[in-house]
Amino acid sequence: MIQKSKRTLWWILSAVLLLSLIPVAANAQGSDPTDDEVNAVAKQLYCPVCENIPLDACGTAACEQWRGIIRDKLAEGWTEEEIKIYFVNQYGDRVLAEPPRRGFNWIVYIVPVVIFVGGGYLFYRGFEQWRSPEPDSNVRKKEKTTPKPVTLSEDDISRVEEELRKRSQR
Amino acid sequence: MVAEIGFGSLFISLIISVYGVIAAIYGTGNHQKKWILSAQQATRLVFPLLTISVGSLIYLLINNNFEVVYVSQVSSLSMPLYLKITALWGGQSGSLLFWSWLLAGFTSAVVLKKWDRDQDFLPWVIVVSLGTLVFFILLNTFFENPFVRYWQVNQDIVQSFSQPLGGFIVGPRDGGGLNPLLRHPGMVIHPPMQYLGFVAFIIPYAYAMASLITGRSDDRWIQLSRRWTLWAWLFLSLGLILGARWAYDVLGWGGYWGWDPVEISALMPWLSGTAFLHAVLIQEKRGMFKQWPIVLIILTYNLVIFGTFLTRSGLLSSVHSFARSTIGPIFLVFIALTFIASFWLLSSRWDKFKSRQVLTSFFSKEALILISIVLLLGMLATTFWGVIFPTISELVTGAKVTVGPPFYERVAAPIFGGMLSIMVICPLAVWSYVSFKHLGKLLWKPFAVSLIGIVLPIIGGLTKVPALIAFWLVAFVLAVNGFEFIRRTRLRRKTESETLPETVTRVFQRNKRSYAAMIIHVGIVFMALGIIGIEFFQTETQGTLAEGQELQLAPYTMEYEKLEIFDTPDARNVARAVVLVKKDGEVLDEIYPRRDFYYDSGQPVTIPGVRSTLLDDFYVILVDWKAVTSEGATFKVYHNPLVKWLWIGAWVIIVGVVVATWPEKKSKMAGRNNVRPK
Repeated sequence: MIQKSKRTLWWILSAVLLLSLIPVAANAQGSDPTDDEVNAVAKQLYCPVCENIPLDACGTAACEQWRGIIRDKLAEGWTEEEIKIYFVNQYGDRVLAEPPRRGFNWIVYIVPVVIFVGGGYLFYRGFEQWRSPEPDSNVRKKEKTTPKPVTLSEDDISRVEEELRKRSQR
Repeated sequence: MVAEIGFGSLFISLIISVYGVIAAIYGTGNHQKKWILSAQQATRLVFPLLTISVGSLIYLLINNNFEVVYVSQVSSLSMPLYLKITALWGGQSGSLLFWSWLLAGFTSAVVLKKWDRDQDFLPWVIVVSLGTLVFFILLNTFFENPFVRYWQVNQDIVQSFSQPLGGFIVGPRDGGGLNPLLRHPGMVIHPPMQYLGFVAFIIPYAYAMASLITGRSDDRWIQLSRRWTLWAWLFLSLGLILGARWAYDVLGWGGYWGWDPVEISALMPWLSGTAFLHAVLIQEKRGMFKQWPIVLIILTYNLVIFGTFLTRSGLLSSVHSFARSTIGPIFLVFIALTFIASFWLLSSRWDKFKSRQVLTSFFSKEALILISIVLLLGMLATTFWGVIFPTISELVTGAKVTVGPPFYERVAAPIFGGMLSIMVICPLAVWSYVSFKHLGKLLWKPFAVSLIGIVLPIIGGLTKVPALIAFWLVAFVLAVNGFEFIRRTRLRRKTESETLPETVTRVFQRNKRSYAAMIIHVGIVFMALGIIGIEFFQTETQGTLAEGQELQLAPYTMEYEKLEIFDTPDARNVARAVVLVKKDGEVLDEIYPRRDFYYDSGQPVTIPGVRSTLLDDFYVILVDWKAVTSEGATFKVYHNPLVKWLWIGAWVIIVGVVVATWPEKKSKMAGRNNVRPK
């Protein structure tokens, strides 16, 4: 007897649980997705047939069909991520606007950072060097043959300064 | 017969070009002037010969000679005359022939000038430019012959230029016609502009190589090639802009730039070419960094060939189609050889091209230009990496990936900001030395004015910080240039008794190049406005409307009035929607988004209906329609703020380059440095 009532209770609970799930499922199915919702997902995917054209802008029959798939999946309650994964599984990584960040693909992201950090460092080092370049050998030879360094008297200096002052006023 | 004439002159031009290269080398090696003069004559002869070849192909296109394979592929009976002519560059072999013809024209123009002062350069300029021409004519003669015809041999149709045994000429009644996407006016002019830019950059490269070979480390090669460089840069810029305009008008995705590998292959030589243009300036004004222009022009030359290679070799589709391509591997070998040879030559002259001047300040003009060159090179390296990575990935992992807009935009945005920042300071900086204090004095007034660039958008309800920064930088650049011009005018008015228009003209004439640069930079800033508008503020929506129904986007409402479907005399079936553009209930405009179906090629083209103002574009695409039922039509609508400034900026740049290259009278000012009087 107890066994029978237990079974009845189990059935009732199961039925309640199932009934409570119905509105959830209906909600998840939702109304028909709008064109904008479809395009928002399609924009993030690339046409697997036509090179380098986002799915939302591609006018071929195949792409129209793929947009239809997106619409169906959205109507079934799939998320953006799930739809993207579906397309990747069907057509490979190339349908994504960027390589997924894993394995060998990391190189594509690391190289620009290396270019900028390395380039910036080299430029800075170069800049320092360009501010005080090594004297070249020809100049050294000339210096050796110069008998005496030219020295300017105070008079000379004041004449030069006067001349410069006049020029700047001109 | 015409095909024979075309191919014959092509073949003779190949022989004469090869002769020209050999004669120039032999003449220089043995100091025999007559051989050099002979090479010069050979160079002059190549252009008319290739003109005959190009003329023959155009004749075949105009006269619907569909027995010629190229004509049957790119032309059709229904195409109008102008499209039949422009079909010359509508396919691979024709565009390569067009490329060769342009290069022959430029090379001839170079050797036509008087060479009294630069005799030592002449043979090497001939060797380099004619050598490049030999490569392209070789491609046309042996791999991509545009004069190949259809022959029937027994029951088979074969493609061959010469008559196979027992074969007779056959051809289809009509051709496939030009790809409809290429029938847009923008696409008709875009390739010649792009090619003009590509080919014109070969001339400064030839001068640079001549300078390296002869060991002349002065800036004579730069002076001689200055106009070529500016025109090359202008044509390359126009090629890019026209391509963008074409994408905006025809591709039907509401944008102008999609970071497509073909677009990037045209952008890369522009980046290095722009860097070259600026590096040249440092050498001219300060005699510094003489190796930089040479490195940059070598890069530009190789990127020009690489750009042509990328679009022609099949490498973009896949490694496999590259392997199947006949010209791909040949291109790669040519690029590798010229690249290695150029840098080997440079390394052998490295010390000779060293300069002893020093950088004195981070804010001197040369330092700022140097930073902008480094930014351009950073952008170049990143785009190059992005373009070749899918191929590397395919080779290593076997799987192809897409490197799309998000990757490039992440790098382009900060570089773009950096470039604008430099454009703010650069007009005020002087060569050699400038202190931060001095700059600050000159900057504060334009800075105060530039705040309008932040205040006005905030009043208009804008809250996006990156967009506000971008608008502020744009306003700052404009204010700096405006103030600088006023300051120079005032300085002159203090000393000269002239009327204001006279002063403005004199100030302008005194330093034409500097003001030309100012105009070009203002043009770039206008373009920046268009880019900011579309990148930050573009909105879009899509909806299916019955006749009389409306769709709202941004401040506008579109009303779908009706759909008209009709055939045109040039064999198109046009589905044209009539759409009213309204704002606050008032009808502003009537636009006609349409879809053209080309019967000859069986392909559709979507042409948007656009209402364009200085403030924004309302851009409507007809996506689909149900003509018989009452379901109406589907429209995709974009609101693109400020995009018109992109095209206006392009016109301003053209004006700037025309001013910069305008021939000037030999004046006392020639050769003087642009040093600001204190």
